[in-house]
Amino acid sequence: MDLAVMQSYLPLYRDALFLTLRIGWQGVFLALVFGLVCVIILHLKIPVLKTLTGFYVELFRNTPLLVQLFFLYFALPRIGIRMTPEFTGCLGLGLIGGAYMTETFRSGLESVPKIQEESAQSLGMTPLLAFRHVILPQAVASSVPGILANVIFLLKETSVFSTISLMDLMFTAKDLIGMYAKTIECLVLLVIFYLIMLLPVSVAGSVLERRLRHAEFGD
Amino acid sequence: MEKELLRIEHLKKGYGTNDVINDLSLTVRKGEVIVVIGPSGCGKSTLLRCVNALEDIQGGQILLDGEPVRKNAPNISRMREKIGMVFQSYDLFPHRTILDNITLAPMKVQKRKKAEVEQEALELLDRVGLKDRKDDYPRQLSGGQKQRVAIVRALCMHPEILLLDEITAALDPEMVREVLDVVLSLAKAGSTMMIVTHEMAFAKAIADRVIFLENGQIVEESSDPKAFFERPETERARQFLHTFDYESD
Repeated sequence: MDLAVMQSYLPLYRDALFLTLRIGWQGVFLALVFGLVCVIILHLKIPVLKTLTGFYVELFRNTPLLVQLFFLYFALPRIGIRMTPEFTGCLGLGLIGGAYMTETFRSGLESVPKIQEESAQSLGMTPLLAFRHVILPQAVASSVPGILANVIFLLKETSVFSTISLMDLMFTAKDLIGMYAKTIECLVLLVIFYLIMLLPVSVAGSVLERRLRHAEFGD
Repeated sequence: MEKELLRIEHLKKGYGTNDVINDLSLTVRKGEVIVVIGPSGCGKSTLLRCVNALEDIQGGQILLDGEPVRKNAPNISRMREKIGMVFQSYDLFPHRTILDNITLAPMKVQKRKKAEVEQEALELLDRVGLKDRKDDYPRQLSGGQKQRVAIVRALCMHPEILLLDEITAALDPEMVREVLDVVLSLAKAGSTMMIVTHEMAFAKAIADRVIFLENGQIVEESSDPKAFFERPETERARQFLHTFDYESD
């Protein structure tokens, strides 16, 4: 391995990391918003919207992100909808992530026993108060591991962005290999940079998980 | 005689074609302790759940202070403030400390001041011997302790009537006593209660009136619990009470 070469690539990888992080986190944010909206629709059983939400979740959960991105980036312009690669990446990540988050939030809500709601209501709480102070905190606590797994999954999925010409980590590595054929150096750097991006998320997530779940599950 | 607090008129409750409660009428006066007993599936728990409007009803009505109690009615949360309920499985909020479990509803529902509610909660906890557990989480308490907290949580809302639904059924025998002692002291202090229980000795000691229920109907009603438990008037009640005797002969 040629360390000098690796060092010379560092600025390129750093820029790619920032781009990947920026799009990745925007996508995660969108995914959380989509998931929250969908799960509220499912929880309140709003007619029509409920069916549409189910359709959306199954469609995006059961097709690869790559295919979805191709649709957004290559097919939509044919009917006059044009988006920048960066926006397409965020939206794609948000859409697939939203489907996963919906399922995670839903299982969290369903893990709270019905009698918790009843005992809150028997204390005179309105359904809204019971949801806010009794159901939601417990649902969030039990969905944290799933949410965390989704976040890491989504940040890793950014590696398909290279196919819609975004200069992310994957794109940079492939590009450099193509030009200079320093394959091992480029791939090692790629792994290191993904770890730089994701290890802190894992650690921070575990800390958050322990704090949120302490009340119910102890240490 | 104290004024009438709760009136149940021709209550009908069923699931599909299966009637659980059939034309049941009952009045409860202020300060009265009603004990409801009967074989499993007779509708005792359903009766309490109807009084707290956790179930919708198919006929008749339930009046508290002359106001109807009905599931999904706009005023139902306000009505439920006056009706405390304690469940068999305690159902404390696992994500909150003991003190928070008790103060949550008084603060959020009744908008009472934190300091005042906490003071009352601590006094009540002290009375049930759990003041030093105020900062623990429910998972750290035994079943009997959790159930005493659940009673305190209901009391802190100052309900006009307290419904106890088989509150000792899930407890180890040794813990039953500590919970029932709390209920006995409440009865002495004049609380109005409707109690569903399988503890016959307790029922005999605490009841002002015993209701024996079967198939959703009142089979026997007695204002003299001692007489009821020794010489029930109906054959069905006699059979039922006999199942609790263990005499070797």
